[in-house]
Amino acid sequence: MCLAIPGKIIDLFVTENTKMGKVDFNGVEVEVCFEATPEAQIGDYVIVHAGFAISVLDESEAQETLDLFEQINNSQDNNSN
Amino acid sequence: MQIIEKFRDKNQIERIITKIQELVSRKWLIMEICGGQTHAIMQTGLQGLLPDEIELIHGPGCPVCVTSLELIDKAIAIASKENVIFTSYGDMLRVPGSETDLFSIRASGRDVRVVYSSIDAVKIAENNPEKEVVFFGIGFETTAPANGISVIKAKKNGIKNYSMLTSIVRVPPAMQAILESQENRVQGFLAAGHVCAVMGYHEYEPIVEKYQTPISVTGFEPLDIAWGIYSTVRMLEVGEIKVFNAYTRVVSRDGNIAAQQIIDQVYESCDRNWRGIGIIPESGWKLKPEYLDFDAEIRFKVGGIRTKESEICISGLILQGLKKPNQCPAFGNVCTPQNPLGATMVSSEGACAAYYRYTQH
Repeated sequence: MCLAIPGKIIDLFVTENTKMGKVDFNGVEVEVCFEATPEAQIGDYVIVHAGFAISVLDESEAQETLDLFEQINNSQDNNSN
Repeated sequence: MQIIEKFRDKNQIERIITKIQELVSRKWLIMEICGGQTHAIMQTGLQGLLPDEIELIHGPGCPVCVTSLELIDKAIAIASKENVIFTSYGDMLRVPGSETDLFSIRASGRDVRVVYSSIDAVKIAENNPEKEVVFFGIGFETTAPANGISVIKAKKNGIKNYSMLTSIVRVPPAMQAILESQENRVQGFLAAGHVCAVMGYHEYEPIVEKYQTPISVTGFEPLDIAWGIYSTVRMLEVGEIKVFNAYTRVVSRDGNIAAQQIIDQVYESCDRNWRGIGIIPESGWKLKPEYLDFDAEIRFKVGGIRTKESEICISGLILQGLKKPNQCPAFGNVCTPQNPLGATMVSSEGACAAYYRYTQH
């Protein structure tokens, strides 16, 4: 049930009073419920669990983590110098 | 998205592991709660890359594995009835009940279907008004809103031939049960990132405080897991005991409020029997009285079930982190994914299945 990978939102719509959408996982399109992620926009990446979007991926946070890795890499270099 | 690829960067994983080697001064035992992470660890061979001092032990975070035998038997009893279309996530079909499994019930001619989501099960109910459609609504907090939305939808749209066999379990009470155990060896946790995506991580703060055990909220890419281990080792080594969020691009402290509202609307707290572990008080959710019309246990009056577990299988000890799969005498010979004795050998999140698939045996 746990899909480790985020998918890209390619469509959002409402059907039978339920917020739904289509998400592309590396070329595989899956219908997903968006009731709990009203902020999601087409083009965003989402974490989907059992056909239900649980979190919109925060790109700026992702970048901050990557920056943190760089800092750690550099501190390691300093230590070994 | 290029940024996603960067969380799979092998060179960066190696750099983080080097950093762990620099940090570590003694032996530490860290439990990854989530079975999805266990699989990622085995698949990438991460344990082998880590310094010998770090031992990863595998936790109970496999919903298929911990769903109680009694409930599996109830599912089998319901699926065996005429006029029922029984729907389930695929992994549940091969989970052994006391006498048989759902897959065998399907092979015997009953209508048992694999669905991707609970909403698919509601659609089946709409398209088959003359049938009773039952969805096996198992899972952790991550799956609770995904399952819960189906009864909200069924109630709103007046779909009376839909019901759910519900078994939701929660991570924090299980963590506490592990930490309370006299045999506990766990010194730090990797919390399941997607459970935290829904629930946030504030409910782990009192656990960290009480048991002085650090927790890193951890994602699922190999680099995320390495980062979670690094963060936990760092906290253990410097004595900074707290909850560290190592998955900020997906998880916030408060979690997904809209998802929590769905949970609050549909479920209330209950004791749950964890397969192989036993009853953990207040460790799960059941349907609220407002949704009991959609409760399959009530609709089908399945009671008086006598369960019988395999006498050889040690999956309970494995789920508590007390044993590893390859310490089981049945592993890989009597017990295989094709002929599983316990649920841990079935599920794509089960530790035994991960060992079987990714290690030599």
